[in-house]
Amino acid sequence: MQTKRIIPVLFIQNGLIVRSEGFTNHQIIGNVISQAHRYDEWNVDELIYVDITKDKNYDARRDDHRIKSYTSIEDIIKAVSKVCFMPLTIGGGIRNIDDIAMRIESGADKVLLNTAVSSKPDLIKEAALRFGSQAIVVSVDYRVVDKKALCYTEFGLRNTGIELSGWLEKCEELGAGEIFLHAIDRDGMSDGFDIDVISKVVSKSKLPIISCGGAGMEEDFLDVFEQTNVSAAAAGNYFHFTESSYPRLKKFLKESNVYVRS
Amino acid sequence: LAVEKKIGVVNYGVGNLASVGNALSKLEVDHVFLDEPNKFSSVDKLILPGVGAFSIAMEELRDRGMLDELLRYVENSDRQLLGICLGMQLLLSESCENGNYEGLNLLSGSVETFNNVVEDLPIPNIGWCYINKKLKESKLLSDLTEEQLCFYFVHGYYCKLVEQNVVSATLNYGVNIDVVIEHNNIFGCQFHPEKSQASGLKVLNNFISI
Repeated sequence: MQTKRIIPVLFIQNGLIVRSEGFTNHQIIGNVISQAHRYDEWNVDELIYVDITKDKNYDARRDDHRIKSYTSIEDIIKAVSKVCFMPLTIGGGIRNIDDIAMRIESGADKVLLNTAVSSKPDLIKEAALRFGSQAIVVSVDYRVVDKKALCYTEFGLRNTGIELSGWLEKCEELGAGEIFLHAIDRDGMSDGFDIDVISKVVSKSKLPIISCGGAGMEEDFLDVFEQTNVSAAAAGNYFHFTESSYPRLKKFLKESNVYVRS
Repeated sequence: LAVEKKIGVVNYGVGNLASVGNALSKLEVDHVFLDEPNKFSSVDKLILPGVGAFSIAMEELRDRGMLDELLRYVENSDRQLLGICLGMQLLLSESCENGNYEGLNLLSGSVETFNNVVEDLPIPNIGWCYINKKLKESKLLSDLTEEQLCFYFVHGYYCKLVEQNVVSATLNYGVNIDVVIEHNNIFGCQFHPEKSQASGLKVLNNFISI
């Protein structure tokens, strides 16, 4: 039987791992590779890296922080995939099929597509045909506005006006393999997953859904797995700051009868 | 663990070879990516990876002259072949993915779709699944505890073998499917050992140690 996945999400800015809040504030918390080692030791189900660098400047100035930074996302993927024997998903800054090819050839198993496919949905189809649907995760950032879930792009800044449910249907049609459902309003807020929207999406879509945004306590994960049929729950900050947060969460969920991998 | 064996990973333009290579490096095993069929005989064991569509994979093998060479390779029973994911599916007689296509026919069986068979579960099957080991002796799964029998799967089609005695493990994903097969020198696993943490590395190591 399939287990529920718990997925740490790491945000990379200028070659370093940062913490994210409300999609805007970012604080450096470590080196890309040492973080990967840590998660590998925790025996995590999967890792998602999102590159949120805006100027494509992988900054070496940060060396004064005694944290080594990397000069390109290609180097980062190559280095991480050598130490991670788990599925690796890479997102951020992907604009076209060549960007996808480079990431997969460097060692990514899947790519996370967001802004590019909202303006060019056919990129999903093109990518799925070339690399297989299993490699294509569509990331959907949404906010609930007047009780409607609407899709956003450009790091949550631009409201596309497109309704979430219609867009997800289209992603499925075009050949997406998974959906990464990201509640912008809950990013860094630690007030629980967006159960309402997640359960609606899961009941409509045939695709595996990864929910993200709002995890603050172990109970939040329990709630989302008990109250929805979501395939996976992802979180960033939750795993960064608490000692052994990942293995402890797995233990808690197992004891609460959620079917997870130990 | 240093093993004096050389492993060949078949490179036929399908799938992410880097991760298989990284896993073999981690196990400190001498390995080489083979993109020419005439080099197959230089290795002790072959790994056939694969991601994507069945028919395209068969076409690529054929176009590169690798199809006959693969069949010749396993005629020598001292040499072993391991198919991973789509690579396992290719070992069977046929597949119904996007039509009807012949496989390598090293083992009798067919590749079936989850569509219209599985309800209430996401398709494809993406994620970690505990598998059910059969009572028979298994070389690939040897020394793995029940708790360790959890692997990473990504597939929309599944294998159904004719002879159940070649099946070492099954999985119930709405329907019972065959996920580990071993018969003489032919081996296959539906999951990705190179992406299944310590359990997966153990399976690869078991294959290398045969």
